[in-house]
Amino acid sequence: MPFWKIAWRNIEQRALASSLTALSMALGVAVMIAVIVIHSVAVRQFEQDAQGYNLIVGGKGGALQLVLSTVYYLGQPLYPIPYSYYEKFIDDGEFADLTEVAVPECLGDSYVAPNGEVFRIVATTPELFDKIHYGNYADGTPKRYEFQPGGRNLKNALSLSGEEFEEAAFEAVVGSVAAARSGLKVGDKINPTHGLGAEGHKHDAFTVVGILKPTGTANDRAVFINIEGFYLLEGHALSGHDDHEAAAHAGEADHEHDHEAEDAHDHDHEDDDGHDHEHAHEHHEPLPLDQREVTSILVLCKSALGPTVLDTAINKGEGHVAQAVAPIREVTRLMDGIVGPIRLILLVLTVLIVIVAAISILVSIYNSMSERSHDIAVMRALGASRSAVMNIVLVESILLSLGGGLLGIALAHGMIGVASPYVEARTGVTLGWLQFEWQEIVLIPALVVLASLVGFLPAVSAYRTDVAKALTGSR
Amino acid sequence: MLLVENVKKSYREPDGSTLAILDIPRLAVDAGEQLVIRGRSGGGKTTFLNAIAGLASVDAGRIVLDGTDITRIPEVGRDRFRARHIGFVFQTFNLLAGFTAFENVLLGMTFTGQPRDSKRAINLLGRVELGHRLSHKPAALSVGEQQRVAVARALVNRPMLLLADEPTANIDPAHQQQVIDLLREVCRDENVAMLLVTHADEVSNQFERVEHLEELNRVVAE
Repeated sequence: MPFWKIAWRNIEQRALASSLTALSMALGVAVMIAVIVIHSVAVRQFEQDAQGYNLIVGGKGGALQLVLSTVYYLGQPLYPIPYSYYEKFIDDGEFADLTEVAVPECLGDSYVAPNGEVFRIVATTPELFDKIHYGNYADGTPKRYEFQPGGRNLKNALSLSGEEFEEAAFEAVVGSVAAARSGLKVGDKINPTHGLGAEGHKHDAFTVVGILKPTGTANDRAVFINIEGFYLLEGHALSGHDDHEAAAHAGEADHEHDHEAEDAHDHDHEDDDGHDHEHAHEHHEPLPLDQREVTSILVLCKSALGPTVLDTAINKGEGHVAQAVAPIREVTRLMDGIVGPIRLILLVLTVLIVIVAAISILVSIYNSMSERSHDIAVMRALGASRSAVMNIVLVESILLSLGGGLLGIALAHGMIGVASPYVEARTGVTLGWLQFEWQEIVLIPALVVLASLVGFLPAVSAYRTDVAKALTGSR
Repeated sequence: MLLVENVKKSYREPDGSTLAILDIPRLAVDAGEQLVIRGRSGGGKTTFLNAIAGLASVDAGRIVLDGTDITRIPEVGRDRFRARHIGFVFQTFNLLAGFTAFENVLLGMTFTGQPRDSKRAINLLGRVELGHRLSHKPAALSVGEQQRVAVARALVNRPMLLLADEPTANIDPAHQQQVIDLLREVCRDENVAMLLVTHADEVSNQFERVEHLEELNRVVAE
């Protein structure tokens, strides 16, 4: 009869104690695995979101705040920069030779769904979805934005005129999670709300023309409107350059645009108090460029040197009102500086939990040795050597640890699987329940080593069993 | 087949003094012979059996079984030798409670270092009329059935020598004879020498050769 079977029978004989010790090990391992997997997914998700372009150009202020607000739609956007700065990256602008694609974005408005959920509005151009990718597949091919059947991208409104321009200017596309949670579909009308909260002035309506396929990025949770229409909304145009300078506060941006223009507007919506309103658009022409600002510019460079050159020109030049930030670098700093240490602390705690569980195995087996000295003596009488009975006890410890560990891995992935649909629906982050990390493979031999260590003391007790004494109960 | 010569065994007391247990000049058992050793309680019968089985070391002398002096081989060697060549039937059966009848017999094969022979185990259990109780654990077996499992376990490796320490002490009188008959019959059929220790007259009277420990053991005699 193989030793593992003898050990298994011993475990069966103490079924309750064995189950409890294995369960404690399982819980410790499950928590450890959950920390590892969740951290890994979070890091990958953060890094993936920051792919597709080399630099974010925005207002002066905290670089991390610029990245968080632009890439992940978290926190307040920084103060906007002049539209003329965006023009440096296109046509024959100062930085155009280095730039493959430059996509402007305006932030500061939101969409309030019928269920009360608030989604960020991003005013941008069709190039965001045509020319920027959101990551790479395993073979290196870029992931391109796609639209669900029946939908399409925004149109390039500037290439149109008259009513065609106005129609295109007031188009919107919606991220997959935002659409699912708000119930929006192609053809629906949405009224952006001024500001980032649920309360605020309701702007003119935009028509949903496309729903994005899931990307697993923060864009799944956003609503995108044509930037031309954004500029034509009340309060989004600059009345003059002086007004812009008077409101220049780095990092302060509950609203992006000069409210003197809004106050001066002889609009009759002041009495509406936030009611949805639709009225005939009165704008057949784009807003003049000198009345525009942008919150950020996503820049994809032509060459590997481009980011370095632009970084120096924008950040270290004199008189500039903007900063250039490499999102990957800021994300890495965030991971290394904050998330990494937190993860380490959590892992240390979970390792301690596992060690405590292992000690419980030691205590359980050791306490049983006095009851089992007779059985050990019988095996010795049947010809088992001292090392054989010692090995049987070690195998028992290993079986308990491994069994608990494997159960813990299954528990962790089961919990992730149960939570995955909820997390994906809320955040767009996919938690694959079959996604294993390399640390889980290392965990198995580590548990064997740990079990051998904790099983050593009771195994030595078995080794030292006085056979004659144990068989007869006396000398 | 078995030769015990000048074997001495003593224990050290807590106060440092020495307590002599065995001083046996000579005992010889032939192959297939069935021998009873009688002795009073506390006379060293179990210690003597343990010494022959290699479970207890001796202070002097030699114990030769089929040409192998087990007092001269290391403990690991004694364990392996015992597993292959010596069967042991205990007074209290000493079955492992968590194992079935079949598994208890298989356990007897586990430490020999040779492939286990499941058929042999099943046949032996059939021989002791327990072929229908293979999957029963000791708690589900009667006292007599438990002892029969112990007999099968002791004989599963075709040992040269069977040691039985008061095998009927815990069995009701109605079944004691069954156990003795079974032991004698199986040992005879398999040509296994048997050394049975008892203090019961009704058991020893059935054997042709009966030795008294008081006569064998100089410690007791003195």
